[in-house]
Amino acid sequence: MTLLSVRDLTVRFATDEGLVTAVDQVSFDLEPGEVMGLVGESGSGKSVTAKSIMQLNFGGIRYGETSQILLDVDGRQTDALKLKRPRDLRLVRGGAVSMIFQEPMASFAPAITIGDQMVEQLILHKRVSKAEAKKTSIEFLDRAGISDAARRFDQYAFELSGGMRQRAMIAMALSTRPRLLIADEPTTALDVTIQAQVIDLMKEIVAEFGMAIIFITHDLGVIAQTADKVAVMYLGKMVEQGPVREVIRTAAHPYTQGLLNALPDLSDLDSPLKPVPGDIPSPLERPAGCVFHTRCPEKIPGRCDAAVPAMAPVAPGHACACFARETEGAA
Amino acid sequence: MNRPLIRIDGLSVHYPLKGGLLGEPVVLRAVDRVSLEIPRGSFFGLVGESGSGKTTLGRAILKAAPITEGRIEYDDGEGRHDVGAMKNKGEIRDFRRRAQLIFQDPYAALSPRMTVRDIIAEPLEVMGITRSRAETDARVREIAARCRLNVEHLRRFPHAFSGGQRQRISIARALAPTPRFLVADESVAALDVSIQADILNLLKGLQRDLGLTFLFISHDLSVVAHVCDHVAVMYLGRLVETAPTRALFARPLHPYTRALLSAIPSLDPDDRGRAWKLQGEIPSPADPPSGCRFRTRCPFARERCAAEEPALRPLASGHEVACHFAEELEGAVPA
Repeated sequence: MTLLSVRDLTVRFATDEGLVTAVDQVSFDLEPGEVMGLVGESGSGKSVTAKSIMQLNFGGIRYGETSQILLDVDGRQTDALKLKRPRDLRLVRGGAVSMIFQEPMASFAPAITIGDQMVEQLILHKRVSKAEAKKTSIEFLDRAGISDAARRFDQYAFELSGGMRQRAMIAMALSTRPRLLIADEPTTALDVTIQAQVIDLMKEIVAEFGMAIIFITHDLGVIAQTADKVAVMYLGKMVEQGPVREVIRTAAHPYTQGLLNALPDLSDLDSPLKPVPGDIPSPLERPAGCVFHTRCPEKIPGRCDAAVPAMAPVAPGHACACFARETEGAA
Repeated sequence: MNRPLIRIDGLSVHYPLKGGLLGEPVVLRAVDRVSLEIPRGSFFGLVGESGSGKTTLGRAILKAAPITEGRIEYDDGEGRHDVGAMKNKGEIRDFRRRAQLIFQDPYAALSPRMTVRDIIAEPLEVMGITRSRAETDARVREIAARCRLNVEHLRRFPHAFSGGQRQRISIARALAPTPRFLVADESVAALDVSIQADILNLLKGLQRDLGLTFLFISHDLSVVAHVCDHVAVMYLGRLVETAPTRALFARPLHPYTRALLSAIPSLDPDDRGRAWKLQGEIPSPADPPSGCRFRTRCPFARERCAAEEPALRPLASGHEVACHFAEELEGAVPA
């Protein structure tokens, strides 16, 4: 049974400068235990997409009329976008869905101990006694690789190093045993050696708890190391989706290809760096037609700037939204 | 070899912290006894994790961090300065014109209330480099063109630009006083991947066309591998390895350098069990380990490492490493 089914998700923000489309008709499915990498650069809408699942977008927010985020928990299907009352929202805010953020310092309350924050959410979501909640919290801190967990339990976020804070954040998100974990750039603020440790921890968690994960990142290397499948976004549009090996080895969309080519390759120091030409347009000035046509090396004039390409299969389970790929797919 | 542009000799930058438990002073050793030469015209990479002292070293060279001991000499063939000893305002101004900094965050580095033209013109006016508005404008246009900004862009404010465009504005401002030396501190770290390569190509082009020398500070070894010709690796305030780029990546000798390289996430989804990983985190620079500073995280550490600090010693042409057991450990895999 599909755990999460995002259908036609459109998210707009009303701003002083007009209505900004952050996410434009994005759809994807996630099975239980599946790890999906959501890749995109700034302004691609990857974080807004993920936050929509928990209804964490605020300020002049408008979801599309046909948008649905269907979550299947214990045989009961819920549309996360229809949840309104705070007690109903608990399901997606720590109950069945948890989130870890890029900046753990900004995500912990500075004046409450790590332990109190963990206990509070456990009592709220799991109806356990305070003593049980404390026991569970310390277990999870220990599980997340925090040495001397009982002592750390009584410490404040500022007393921990960056890597330790991210481990504590992971422990907190896991302790309610969510079905879906959203990880928003969890390793971006960390040094490479610490990033490698946190990636290992995430892999162990998947193996042990079997929850589904949406791993948001701009780093394709991190995706290659963690994900089962990949979804690539650009300026609010989903442009490619498929199994991780296929997307990385035989990327179909010119944008995905450009991203992969732009990465410095350590095995070939002689190859020049190849940027994707041009700049990412402002979300206020989204190009008509295919949003990528202004930077695309394979643009078909009169077609790509006029119509919006739909996602179409290029291989089983691998789809891409590009007019230049249509003929190849049909052949 | 060319005369070095920068010659650093036994440089330390220490910051006093508040007193310890018994009142003895606690000192944060951000940079500790570092000696280094940056050749003229080179693109010199400085790598390390946060807390390694790489940013502090860059700032000390620009006379923006207090020098506790040691010497920094700057010599571009036209101007010579002893960076630590400069007192005279005119001399400092001449040095500031020759050595400039490009910041990490192009969102924080540009005033939102100034037009792009004014941002680029400001150093020219403050330093009294141009004499008339017409001269300033001509100079601003010339620099802007080099950084691929057009005349239309000059009238606008920074908020109208994307991250990559802002970084080009930031670079244009640093170039305005015609410096010979630029410190680029994590200048592409805040940029999107598709834009990063564009800015790196721009910096390389400027180095080549204008004969500039760059100190490129970065935590990203794959970027450094592509743009730098020399690399120095720092750990906890100390230099642990320095070499020409190709030599360093073909044959990393210090266990820390090897750990940094193996920590880069592989793009190959089938290569998920990498050879070795570093345990723990970088210790506090206020209380560094005895002997070799890396020994607390080094999988090969032995007794001698705690007792005796390894000196930087040459192992191949231009390739120096600070590890007692570098030869023996080459290619060794931790148990």
